[in-house]
Order: sequence, then C-alpha cells, then structure tokens
Amino acid sequence: MGRFLLPLAGFALLAVLLGIGLTLDPREVPSPLIDKPAPDFTLPQLHDAEQTIGTADMRGEVWLLNVWASWCVACRQEHPYLVELGKRDLLPMVGLNYKDKRNDALGWLRNFENPYNVSASDLDGRVGIDWGVYGVPETFIIDKRGTIRMKHIGPLTPKVIEQELLPLVEQLQGEAA
Amino acid sequence: MMQRTMQVLSATLCALLLAFPARAAIESYDFETAEQEAAYTRLIAELRCLVCQNQNLADSNAGLAQDLRREVHEMLTSGQSADQVVDFMVARYGDFVLYRPPVQSNTMLLWGGPFALLGLGLLVLILFLRRRGRDTAPNIDEQQLAQVRELLNDAQDSAEPPKK
Repeated sequence: MGRFLLPLAGFALLAVLLGIGLTLDPREVPSPLIDKPAPDFTLPQLHDAEQTIGTADMRGEVWLLNVWASWCVACRQEHPYLVELGKRDLLPMVGLNYKDKRNDALGWLRNFENPYNVSASDLDGRVGIDWGVYGVPETFIIDKRGTIRMKHIGPLTPKVIEQELLPLVEQLQGEAA
Repeated sequence: MMQRTMQVLSATLCALLLAFPARAAIESYDFETAEQEAAYTRLIAELRCLVCQNQNLADSNAGLAQDLRREVHEMLTSGQSADQVVDFMVARYGDFVLYRPPVQSNTMLLWGGPFALLGLGLLVLILFLRRRGRDTAPNIDEQQLAQVRELLNDAQDSAEPPKK
C-alpha cells in the first residue's frame, strides 16, 4: 500500500497543476502598462484631420480608450455594447482607429453608429505599439492623473462592462485629480 | 514559323530570368554596420510576436510583427543598442515578449525548476540503486553455500567437453 502512495501523490500534484493550466488564457498577457502613465500621443482626428486629439486633451478626466479598426471582426462583436455605454454618457470615450484606412473607418462608423466622442487616426500603428496593442479590440481606462488603470484585451462583453469597467470608473471618478 | 516560336520562347526565358531578383518574400533592410545587422537578426529571433504567440518576430507574417521589425530596424540604425530595443519591447508588452526571460524572482521556478527536477531524479535513482543492492545480496547461511558449491562443481564436471 505504502509504495503506491508516492506515485499517487505525484500524479495528483501533476493533475492539479495541469488543471490550473487549463483555466489560464495565454492570450491574456498581463500588460506592464497598468498603473503606469499613459504613453503620450497627439494624432489627427478621424473626422477632421486638421484637428488633433491626444492624451493632453484628456488630462483631468477619467476616460476610455478603445482601439478599433474597420477590418477587425471582433470589433463588430463589442460594438453594440460600446454604443450602449456611449449613450449612458458616463465617461468620454475616445476611439483609436488602428492601422486602418480613413475612408474605410469613416464608412464603418456611418454604417454601424459611432460610439465615440472622438476618434484618433493611428494609420501606421505607432501609437498602438506605444500602448502595447497586439490584439484589436483593446480597451483602456485612464484616470484623472493620466495613469492607465485597466486594460481589456479582446471584445468587451456586458459582463466585463458591468462588473469590472463601470465599478472602476465610478471609483476613479471619486478620486482627486 | 519555327523561327517565330523560337523568338517567343527566348523572349519568355529572358523575361523569366529578369523577373527572378524581384521575388523578395519579406521586407529587407539595409544596415550601416555588420554589428547592427547581427543584432537585428538576433533580436527578431529572440522577441516573441504577440499576435501568433508561438512565433518570433522573424517567423511571423502578422502586421504587428512587420511593424515591430521596422521598429527594431529604426532603433538600431539610429544608434540605439540591442538592450535598449529589448527594454523598449518589455516596457510595452512585458517580459512575455522575451523568448529568453531574465533571471528574476518570478522566473526562479522557470530557470531553477529543471535543475531541481534533475536533482530529485538523481536522488530517487541513488536511493533505488542502493535499495536494490541490499535486496539482491544473497540471504543464505554457510551450509547452503557449501551445497551450492558442491552443485556447481558437479555441474562443471559434467559440462566438461569430452577429451579427444
């Protein structure tokens, strides 16, 4: 009996470790940017390239940055939830139009509805690299001091919005600038 | 007629020959020094593409990998060191981009684990061999030993080949 105990314990340990491994999502790479200052950018606005939008314009506000593109299939998936969130007017929502063509992007917003207060054109994706974007769509919450407080990779779901995003926004809006 | 065919054929062949240098599959970059090029080759092999996670930047054809190769090239040719490029990537994507993670507190298990397992394996092997050595030592008394010798002698005698 005793001689089976050790291999059995080893097997149980391995099973537990592999079990934990199954619950992890390798696509969710923890971002080193959380609790770091948001990388500065100033980009032309999508709807009016003469005007710019950037991190400096958002100082003092809790805001949302959503990275999207017209070629991005998963962006369609989260789009209705973003529209709904935009209608509630809880916080400014800035779109970062990532590696897109201006006309495609404008057409996409016309066809589906524009959830953003303003969109920035990151046509060559350099701002995306600064923000560590690797899987569109991605959503960031930035606090009044310009610090990134949350990053969500992949499409937003009602569950994420209600249980993670909004409670955090409420907490951050209570904080001093 | 024959001549005409030959003309077309040779023209086609010439066109094919001319077309060959243009079949570049992946973007190629110019470097000022051989060191920069070596650093570039090493870096894109050691940095992970975040989109297709089990490929490095060199292997991946994803848009982001192309952009990051461009970024690595620009940083190196503008005089930045390979370490600065690595820092740039880690600041944006975390240690996960490194195929060769640094030795630090949260990677101790990763780096030390294999050696710990090797040590454990050796320990088990030594214990096993020592125990087996004890178990197989013959547990017989003098009388039995004498009997065995006698039997062996008998067997040897009978097994001797017949003399010519």
